[in-house]
Amino acid sequence: MAILKGKKVVIIGDRDGVPGEAIKACVDTAGGETVFASTECFV
Amino acid sequence: MNSVIKGASYILAHTPEMVIHNGTTQTTERIVNPDGDYLKALPSHLRSYEDCVNYWPNQVYIGNATPDELAEVAFPYYDKTKEGASRYGKFGEIMPEEEFLILAQCCDVFEVLLLEKGFVAANKEKLAADPIITEDILARVQEGVELSEIEHFVNDEHAEGLYHAGQLVGCVKRAHDIDVNLSAEVMHENIMTKATSVLALLYAVKNAGISKDDVEYVIDCCEEACGDMNQRGGGNFAKAAAEIAGLKNATGSDARGFCAGPSHALVEAASLVKAGAFKCVLVTGGGCTAKLGMNGKNHVEAGMPALEDCLGGFCVVLMENDGVSPEINLDILGRHTVGTGAAPQNVIGSLVADPLERAGLTINDIDKYSPEMQNPDITKPAGAGDVPMANYKMIAALAVKKGWLDRKAIPTFAKEHGLTGFAPTQGHIPSGVPYIGFAREDILAGKIKKAMIIGKGSLFLGRMTNLFDGISFVIQANTAAEAQKEAGVSEEEVKGLIAKAMKEFAASLLAE
Repeated sequence: MAILKGKKVVIIGDRDGVPGEAIKACVDTAGGETVFASTECFV
Repeated sequence: MNSVIKGASYILAHTPEMVIHNGTTQTTERIVNPDGDYLKALPSHLRSYEDCVNYWPNQVYIGNATPDELAEVAFPYYDKTKEGASRYGKFGEIMPEEEFLILAQCCDVFEVLLLEKGFVAANKEKLAADPIITEDILARVQEGVELSEIEHFVNDEHAEGLYHAGQLVGCVKRAHDIDVNLSAEVMHENIMTKATSVLALLYAVKNAGISKDDVEYVIDCCEEACGDMNQRGGGNFAKAAAEIAGLKNATGSDARGFCAGPSHALVEAASLVKAGAFKCVLVTGGGCTAKLGMNGKNHVEAGMPALEDCLGGFCVVLMENDGVSPEINLDILGRHTVGTGAAPQNVIGSLVADPLERAGLTINDIDKYSPEMQNPDITKPAGAGDVPMANYKMIAALAVKKGWLDRKAIPTFAKEHGLTGFAPTQGHIPSGVPYIGFAREDILAGKIKKAMIIGKGSLFLGRMTNLFDGISFVIQANTAAEAQKEAGVSEEEVKGLIAKAMKEFAASLLAE
C-alpha cells in the first residue's frame, strides 16, 4: 500500500474489467492522490 | 399474457473501406499521426469478402453454425475456414460492400448520398439478385452522377468519400452548411446505420413468417443520434428505417442506453405487447461505422487481419402470445439502479442474482446466460480478454458466494451455462441479443428451458454521469397452456357452459 502514499495517480479503468471509480476508491484508501480517473470501453 | 419471440434476424455488411475512412481509431490517427506506420500497414490487413464470409464467428452470427460448434474450433479463429460457409444464413446474410453502398443509396431520402454512374450500373443487378431486396427498394436506386461531381463535393464541399476496392465511387454530402449535426460525417454514420437496420427489418419479417402489414411498432436501439442543431438527438431512426422496409402500418420511436439499448428496448417492447397497446413490435439496431477497426492497431501489431470490418445489425419480433413461441418473462427483470454502484460484483448481483432470488430461483435455474457476446478473436489480442468468459466467471463466483454452486464447479459453469462469443464489437450489437435467435430455437427444440439476456451499458462515456447501466430479462418456454390450466376453466369450456345454460333456459320457456 505504501507504494501509492503521496503519489499522484492517473487511472484508466476498463468497463469490462475494474472500473475507474473502483480503482480510485482503492488509491484514495492507500493515500494516493488521483489526478485523473475515467473508465473506458474497448468493445 | 407474456409476449412471445416470433423470430429474429442477424445481418452483417462487409465494409473494409469504411474501416480506413470512417472508423474513429483511423480518423483519429489521421489527425494525430498521419504519417505513422499504422495507417500505412492497415490496408494490407483488411480481409477480402470471401475471407469475411468464411470466418467462423460471422457464420455463427448469421445462423450457419451454433455457438457450441464454434466452441469446438481451435482458437484463434481468424486463421481457420468454416467449411460450407455461405453468404446467406437462416438468420440473415453477409452483404458485400458494393451492394451495401447501393442499398445505402436507397435509404437516402435527401439526395446527400451520391454514387458514380458506372458503379451503380455495375452493381445494381447484384443487389437485385438478393432475394430479400424488394422491388420497392430497387425502385429507389438512382442512376448516379459523374465522378467529377463526386470529386468536387469531396475536395471542395466537405463530403465524406465512399470507396470500393481503393477507388472513389461516391460520397455523402453535408446536409447543412453550418450545422455540425448534419455534417457529412454524421450523415454518413446515420445513413449506414439506417441501411443495416433496414436489412435487419426485412429479414426479421421474413424469419418470423409475418406480413409487413402486421408490424405496428418499431423501436430502434442503436447508439447513433439523428437531429439538427435545435434537437441534436431528435430521432427517429425506427420510423425512418420502417419506411424504407415497407412497414406501412408501423409507427415507432428510438430507445437509447449505450450497449444496454437493445435489452432496454426489448423490455419496453415486451411491455407494450403484454399491455395490449401494440400486437406486433420489432426491436431493431443498425451498425456503427465509428467502431470499425476500433482495435485495429492491436490487430495490425499482432500481424493478424483487422477483424472489425463489418457493420452489424439485428432485429427481434415480439408478438402476442401464440401458445407456442418462447416468451419474455417480465416478472424476472434484473435492474442496475442509480444506487447499485459500479463494482463488478454489484453489477452482476443486480442483473443476475437479485432478479432470480426475487423469483425464488437460483443461478442454476437458468440454462444459458447471454451477456456481452463479443468475439474473443477480436478482443483478446487487444488486451480486453474474453469478455463473455469474464462474465461467466463473475456469475459463477457470485453463485458460490450465495451458496448455490460448489467452488470446484466454477470451471465447468461456463461450459454448461455459457456461450462462446461470436458477435462483432459493434457496441450494442453484441450486448446480450446475439443469442436470442438461437435461444428461440433451443427452447422450441426442448434443449433448454430458460435463457437470460443481459445488457450492460457504459453511460459514463457520455460524460453526463459516472454511472454504469444494465438490464436483464429471462426468455422461457411458452407457458400459455399451464396458465390456462391454472386459471381453471378454459374459454371453450366457458362457451360450452353458457350454451348449455341458454339451451336449458330456452327449454324452460318452451315448457311454459
